[in-house]
Amino acid sequence: MTYAAPGAPPAASVELPVIRDNPVAGLHRLANRIVTLCWVELRKIRHDRTELYTRAIQPALWLLIYGEVFTRLHAIPMPAGVSYLAYLSPGILAQSALFIAIFYGIQIIWERDAGVLTKLMVTPTPRSALITGKAFAAGVRSLIQGVVVLIIAAILGVAFTDNPLKIIGAMMILVLGSAFFACLSMSIAGLALARDRLMGIGQAITMPLFFSSSALYPTKFMPGWLQAISKVNPLTYEVEALRGLLIGWSTTLWLDTVVLVGATVASITCASLLLPRLANR
Amino acid sequence: MTAGAAEMAPEGTTTDAVRCTDLSYSFGTHTAVDHVDLNIVPGEMYGLLGPNGAGKTTTIRMLTTLLKPATGTVTVFGIDVAARPMLVRRVIGYVPQMLSADANLTGLENVELFARLFDVPRRTRKDLVDGALQAMGLTEAATRLAGTYSGGMIRRLELAQALVNAPRLLVLDEPTVGLDPIARGDVWDYIERLREEHQMTVLMTTHYMDEADAYCDRVSLMHRGTIRATGRPADLRAGLGGGATLDDVFRHYTGDTLDDAQEEGGIRDVRRARRTARRLG
Ligand SMILES: Nc1ncnc2c1ncn2[C@@H]1O[C@H](COP(=O)(O)OP(=O)(O)OP(=O)(O)O)[C@@H](O)[C@H]1O
Ligand SMILES: [Mg+2]
Repeated sequence: MTYAAPGAPPAASVELPVIRDNPVAGLHRLANRIVTLCWVELRKIRHDRTELYTRAIQPALWLLIYGEVFTRLHAIPMPAGVSYLAYLSPGILAQSALFIAIFYGIQIIWERDAGVLTKLMVTPTPRSALITGKAFAAGVRSLIQGVVVLIIAAILGVAFTDNPLKIIGAMMILVLGSAFFACLSMSIAGLALARDRLMGIGQAITMPLFFSSSALYPTKFMPGWLQAISKVNPLTYEVEALRGLLIGWSTTLWLDTVVLVGATVASITCASLLLPRLANR
Repeated sequence: MTAGAAEMAPEGTTTDAVRCTDLSYSFGTHTAVDHVDLNIVPGEMYGLLGPNGAGKTTTIRMLTTLLKPATGTVTVFGIDVAARPMLVRRVIGYVPQMLSADANLTGLENVELFARLFDVPRRTRKDLVDGALQAMGLTEAATRLAGTYSGGMIRRLELAQALVNAPRLLVLDEPTVGLDPIARGDVWDYIERLREEHQMTVLMTTHYMDEADAYCDRVSLMHRGTIRATGRPADLRAGLGGGATLDDVFRHYTGDTLDDAQEEGGIRDVRRARRTARRLG
């Protein structure tokens, strides 16, 4: 009998791989892809450390010049016992992660133009796993950059928590925040499609995101309309959570975390749906 | 394993390595692939030939799960590509038209990345990666960044990447494009060796008729989205009468309308060239 009904197993001469299509296998594969793409990121950082140094310049200037001057000015009232520099440091930490993450949209367009993305998409990696992996890779890079920022702040005399659980918590928040902004950037890449266009958009959104968050000043000093914007700006929640964990600032940590997780899931979904549009252009 | 056997096989058998039925795809109003039927027998080296813009790459992109067919179906070893893309990706190795490797990773890391994405277990990963690099003559260069590779080395690196998956079907879109004659010969030697050792089925496109004549068991001539002729190179040549070369066959089926085809492909080719120029500049 050579005639086979549709869906019948293929001829015996060709053995096909067995794949398990269940949720557990799917999660295992997702974890594997995240680890793999983070591994790629670490290798790249290892091969080229210059970016690590050049990206340290901006946060250093913010802390060293802006931070020191505004601490002396006492322009932004702080509660007793909190220096403005301590208040500012988590904000600058989040800012440096934001700038790194926003770059991932440009990177994915570059990978598309170089043909690398196409090849990744022909491996057994679901679109969502590819995006999630890249999002976490952005998190890994932000973490390493974050260490540099924290060291600078510590040298300037900021005392951070010594509770290891809180430090781990802060690391997770930083990864989540980076994942969100990386996916936001990759989503915009899926709409903009061209690198030059995206570079303009990227520059146009990072500063507004930064200034409309609580990175530099408490939102209560903002005009009403800006307060409204800062309430829907995930960067605010990231900064508040980092402050809560690193310098003991009072915040509703669970709310910050829920907002960040929700925003990250939404942006991963969005970027995954837009990925074929980007790849097939 | 002969072409004849497959042609006689009844409709619906799952023994073909590739079977396209009534396959079409359009970019907007422009029909790139127009109701194509073709079948590739396991073990065969099959060439898809045709002028620029004929629709070869678009056909391959449907076969490799990158594009969803507008009409018709593609099956790879009996698996419906649209229905089970993840399974199909495990069975194929794909080397796209554009030379593409991650310039910021070493050759070794480029191959290891693919081993990880194809879920090669950690125990066997190193041996497999080293083996693939060795098979492609890249052992010496393995720890250098791929950005320093020549065109021929990048092509061999891409073959090594496709190999770690031990694919049943190797899809090569213009494997020797942009290579000097020596590198071209090298790449073909390696492909031939792979075929012998692994009994792989190969689908490839090329603009070099001498390559198609020398290496392909069967070829199809594609023009403006449709298949104009299919057969063994020798038979096609004989069909035109004594002394005809495959170049003559190519011209016979596509030459008279080459001007129109160029007009059609024109704008997009300019866009593509620009994109390449941007990448290089
Ligand atoms: N992403 C796209 N958007 C719009 N049109 C496209 C796109 N990709 C291909 N085309 C058009 O579809 C047609 C077939 O293109 P395809 O790339 O399949 O040709 P090809 O046979 O691979 O050509 P070449 O030998 O130049 O690689 C061409 O007219 C091309 O301009
Ligand atoms: Mg092509």
